[in-house]
Amino acid sequence: MGDLKLPDIDYGALAPMLILFGAACLGVLVEAVVPRARRHGVQLGLALLSLVAALVVVILERNTRIVTIGGAVAIDGPSIFLQGSILLLGIVSLLLIGERSIEAGGAFVSQAAITVGSQKDLRQAGSSGGATEVYPLTLFSLGGMLLFVAANDLLTMFVALEVLSLPLYLLCALARRRRLLSQEAALKYFLLGSYASAFFLFGVALLYGYSGGVDLASIHAAVADPARSEVLLFGGLALVAIGLLFKSAAAPFHVWTPDVYQGAPTPVTALMAACTKVAAFGALLRVLYVAFDGVRWDFQPVLGAVAVLTMLVGAILAVTQTDMKRLLAYSSIANAGYLLVGVLALNKEGLSGTMFYLVAYGFSVLAAFGIVSLVRDAEGEATHLSRWAGLGRKSPVLAGLFSFLLLAFAGIPLTSGFTAKFAVFGAAVDGGQTWLVIVGVITSMLLAFPYLRVVVLMWLSEPGETTPAVSVPGFLTSAALAIGVIATFALGVVPAPLLDLTNDAANFVR
Amino acid sequence: MSDFPFLSILTLLPLVGAVVVAFLPRTRPGPAKYVALGFSLAVLVLSIVMWIAFQVDGERFQFRESYQWIPTWDARFTFAADGIALVMLVLIAILIPVVLLASWNDVDESQRSVPAYFALLLVLESTMIGVFAAADVFLFYVFFEVMLVPMYFLIGSFGGPRRQYAAVKFFLYSLVGGLFMLAAVIGLWVVGGHTFDWQALVQASGSFETDTARWLFLGFFVAFAIKAPFFPFHTWLPDAGAAAPVGASALLVGVLDKVGTFGILRYCLPMFPEASRWFAPAALILGVIGILYAALLAVGQNDLKRLVSYTSIAHFGFIGIGIFAFTTQAGTGSVLYMVNHGLATGLLFLVVGMFVARRGSALVSDFGGAGKLVPVLAGLLFFAGLASLALPGTAPFVSEFLVLIGTFSTHKAYAVIATAGIILAAAYVLWMVQRTTQGTLNPALAEAPEMRKDITLREKIVVAPLVLLLLILGFYPKPVTDVINPAVEATMQDVGTTDPAPTAVANGRVAR
Repeated sequence: MGDLKLPDIDYGALAPMLILFGAACLGVLVEAVVPRARRHGVQLGLALLSLVAALVVVILERNTRIVTIGGAVAIDGPSIFLQGSILLLGIVSLLLIGERSIEAGGAFVSQAAITVGSQKDLRQAGSSGGATEVYPLTLFSLGGMLLFVAANDLLTMFVALEVLSLPLYLLCALARRRRLLSQEAALKYFLLGSYASAFFLFGVALLYGYSGGVDLASIHAAVADPARSEVLLFGGLALVAIGLLFKSAAAPFHVWTPDVYQGAPTPVTALMAACTKVAAFGALLRVLYVAFDGVRWDFQPVLGAVAVLTMLVGAILAVTQTDMKRLLAYSSIANAGYLLVGVLALNKEGLSGTMFYLVAYGFSVLAAFGIVSLVRDAEGEATHLSRWAGLGRKSPVLAGLFSFLLLAFAGIPLTSGFTAKFAVFGAAVDGGQTWLVIVGVITSMLLAFPYLRVVVLMWLSEPGETTPAVSVPGFLTSAALAIGVIATFALGVVPAPLLDLTNDAANFVR
Repeated sequence: MSDFPFLSILTLLPLVGAVVVAFLPRTRPGPAKYVALGFSLAVLVLSIVMWIAFQVDGERFQFRESYQWIPTWDARFTFAADGIALVMLVLIAILIPVVLLASWNDVDESQRSVPAYFALLLVLESTMIGVFAAADVFLFYVFFEVMLVPMYFLIGSFGGPRRQYAAVKFFLYSLVGGLFMLAAVIGLWVVGGHTFDWQALVQASGSFETDTARWLFLGFFVAFAIKAPFFPFHTWLPDAGAAAPVGASALLVGVLDKVGTFGILRYCLPMFPEASRWFAPAALILGVIGILYAALLAVGQNDLKRLVSYTSIAHFGFIGIGIFAFTTQAGTGSVLYMVNHGLATGLLFLVVGMFVARRGSALVSDFGGAGKLVPVLAGLLFFAGLASLALPGTAPFVSEFLVLIGTFSTHKAYAVIATAGIILAAAYVLWMVQRTTQGTLNPALAEAPEMRKDITLREKIVVAPLVLLLLILGFYPKPVTDVINPAVEATMQDVGTTDPAPTAVANGRVAR
């Protein structure tokens, strides 16, 4: 046995992840020792504090550019920017998750294991406070996302994928209302997610066979060597890409999205739509730009077809939806397509534009789901579109905010939706992908219709008998809404600071 | 004086007004109306000062301002006005107070918020000014798209029956055009060297590949043709014009649609000269079809507001052939037509609105012999109709004549066919006037109590400036043509089709 050489570890660069994982473990302890009545406050405080602390560390480490712990983690411009975005969006989603004033006990059930419809279930539905395990689960998931965007070898990336996914599966099942739908969503997400993970892992194995290593640098080196087996390369790339595209909700790997978005508790849906998207695209960017840029001409048309399919599926199916959460789910699929357009630009502008888009979209979608959680009646959230008729008369402020967000999704100028679309489309034309931009523009026209239909419903339709009341948002939801809407407006009017930031960050290290 | 930031203040002032108005209490509508009117009059005064400060024989673009916005894309807040933009800005500044005054009591009886209505009109003014004042393609696009939002809510929230359908149709048509333009804007930005500055792009345009330039031209042209609207992209206008409240309709056809023809003159022609010449025959044919087809449809309309909308489409056909005839004379005629059409059709819409407000219906068949009840209003309708059919002595005659002779010098056949449009114009106007105000009195009309009230003082103030301007510019268009001519000449030079003979004629007979 020779001397084991321990890898260098830069704890400063890893600190954000360590903080989140540590706080999550602490959260599990809190569940065991703190009395039930005070758990919610303690857990929420702990979670928020750890996220803010991690964000501060990310900001302090903003100039770090290293590959650490034996090449497993790369802390470079994109990972720092994306980690910062995940933490910021995570803080806003946590505000939505922590809201308890809209509904007694919050959006989560206290004991998810109780059989739906039993006596015990009826008892817990009315009174008891929601599960506080959601906070450690959220922290684990967010920690996994931070690792996912920074992972520099495919095995670390796989571990991160599982760390971020498993808590999400659980969170999906914890809805207080419509519990069967929620559990079905969780099961569906879990099963399909497991398949996707398996595909990813198989792809990693093939790539190991191809290059003799799992780290992105050695794959990059192997791609430059024409003597190796292309079957292993493209087979591995395809399988890894499937795993990542599943998490990004790109067609044809999108089928879980509407069901899961609809069934999951709305704050969790918001978390998935904002943070998971950042993480998934962050990893996709790193894999494609760092490891496989040598075969860009081979995968560009294939992924281009995926992007076209994603945009078309999202836009066309969004037109037919009658449920607000499903509508937003299909819109999120279409947005995944626009993000892919930015990814496929395969240039610096594409990287920078995609990162800008992720942040812009994240804030808008968080605010949109925040509003969805407010429109409710005695049965819980009233998500059917017909129930939103005439909302503009009953609560003009809320309907005004939602209309603004829909205009942002439709890409009307002076909203972040426009600047973000411009950033990715401009990069794609620059990168010679004009055909993707044309499809993007056409699908934007299609998508405008469902958004506009909601605006019409809210403002131009007469309020029906069944138009639900709009709950007065508590402090946490108000804060989340305000942050989301202000960010949507600010990034539309003065996008320059963030664009400069993404431009400076748009360099991977190998 | 020309260092004064006219254009940015002109853009911001109505916006500030809108914010102030929006926060006034909706229970007492009075203050909101007066504040809105005050702001629009301030804009009018400022625009008149700007008109005086504009040097006719000075640089092409004056009042230039430029502020940094998004350095990554080189998008800037650049404002500048040439003669064409200047006349449109003054037209907006004149029409808004008129429309505000005309819409004074429109919203009172409905359950809608009065401050919201007036605030939306001011927001619309701000975006319209911005679109004409922008000298940065990105900024132009932003205003071009944002303009839709206030108009959408004006139609959708304050319009008549079928307002939902009309509002959505208007929005979707415009958005589709806008997105085509977005693709073209991005393409232009990439091939033009990553800048949005108008002048830099025009200079770079010489190096565009022919095919690229044609595709980009098409992207811009489709957006402008939908906005204008040219045949066959026109079907949204009659619906929107009929459903919108009359004030908004007057602005819709009077100003908003001119963005399309203005855009062709400012962006399509100078940036893609070769493509413009290549597409010109197609555009001319669309223009001529529009003139005849829309005029024929106008003859057959039974709804007054739809009828006026169709006449506008016919008029836009004239403007279109004037632009694509590529002579200075026809170009000047087109720009003058844009101004005069704004005045004439604006007046026609407002007078029709006065009839509709009294009768509670816009159907021609609900009128008949109205002249016996409201003789002054009926006379006004007749005058507005005559102005709209370009009777000599009214301003539109000058512009229509210029367009036709300017077109005749290069495209004889189109000019001859287009002349038939004049006859059809006489048919739709005179027949409409006859069926509504002449003949035997419709008994149902006599029973409507409101119909006994002839023109009020407020309505007199509304129509007076428009009537006066139509007459003055009909006899003495020189102040306006002097401002327009250099800008049009420069545009025609950009296209590369300088035609010395017609220019001399224009200087000899019209400008002097």
